[in-house]
Amino acid sequence: MAGKIDPMHQFMVEPLFGTEHWAIGGYNIAFTNSALFMVVTLVLLWIFMLGGMKGQLSALFMVVTLVLLWIFMLGGMKGQLVPGRWQAAVEGFTGFVSNMMEANIGPKGKAFTPYVFSLFMFILIANMVGMFPLGVIPGLHAFTVTSHLTITGVLAIVSFSIVLIVGFLRHGFHFFSLFVPHGTPVPMIPLIFVIELFSFMIRPFSLGLRLFVAMTAGHILLKVLAGFVINGFNAGPGIALIVSLPSFLLMIGISVLELLVCAIQAYVFALLTSLYLNDAINLH
Amino acid sequence: MDPAAAKLLGAGLAAIGVGMAALGVGNVFGSFLQGALRNPGAADGQQGRLFIGFAAAELLGLLAFVVAMILLFVA
Repeated sequence: MAGKIDPMHQFMVEPLFGTEHWAIGGYNIAFTNSALFMVVTLVLLWIFMLGGMKGQLSALFMVVTLVLLWIFMLGGMKGQLVPGRWQAAVEGFTGFVSNMMEANIGPKGKAFTPYVFSLFMFILIANMVGMFPLGVIPGLHAFTVTSHLTITGVLAIVSFSIVLIVGFLRHGFHFFSLFVPHGTPVPMIPLIFVIELFSFMIRPFSLGLRLFVAMTAGHILLKVLAGFVINGFNAGPGIALIVSLPSFLLMIGISVLELLVCAIQAYVFALLTSLYLNDAINLH
Repeated sequence: MDPAAAKLLGAGLAAIGVGMAALGVGNVFGSFLQGALRNPGAADGQQGRLFIGFAAAELLGLLAFVVAMILLFVA
């Protein structure tokens, strides 16, 4: 059998465009495929948002006016009172996130809606881009940004830092009352405090780990099945009929399931961030 | 026992945990549907809790998956 199919190869981070020796202060800052796909995610997000936005380009975006004007005309939207299709799509997402913040935090949560929205959209689009079948073009393969703990971990740490900062700014040391629920019997307080503190400190890990593992697991599963398909074809027509065909049908079903997981994981990340913010803002 | 064989056996045992998490996730959605069909009016307000339960149940299965992956590729 020629060449074993390695399902882990898709997660390899490789420097692109000959930047592998770029460094600042001894730290390598090569432009990797991970960075490339983060840029792709951001560009797609900008296109999506600008396509549904009001008529003026802000000063920040003037730098890339040429591209954006073209995108803008493509979107053909001018922030109508009665939204068109594109604007309705954008407003669907913004409304979804602001409803979630309203339901989980209440009116005080409005200030954090932009952060949670950015988080949700970035994760959602990064997940979707990773599922995009770029592999049909020879020499290209899609890279899932969120299948690396470094990236999801940083997102989780940012969320957790915001929770800590907001909590201590709003409540000072009274924030520690988060670890002692109301009505705890006095002899139980030390034990409950330790347990609550532990469950609080483990949050960034579970937040980052969940997204990273869910994406990694799905992509490994798809590649393992793809390996079955190819090896089955190599083994002859009889085996191909028994192994390759069912594997391929299963792959189609699992791809659909993975698209669902992409959306659910983005939603769960945003939902848990808003719940943790709720703890910090309203205590309990 | 050969260490390589022990690793593979351990990874296989860890995969049982993923199946157990499947039971948990199924239970979360099944219970939600049971409640939602009895009182459809209250169902929409509980979707946030549905996904919190889903996330908690799924995380534990994903941890088992991480153990399997660490045994296979890292340890």
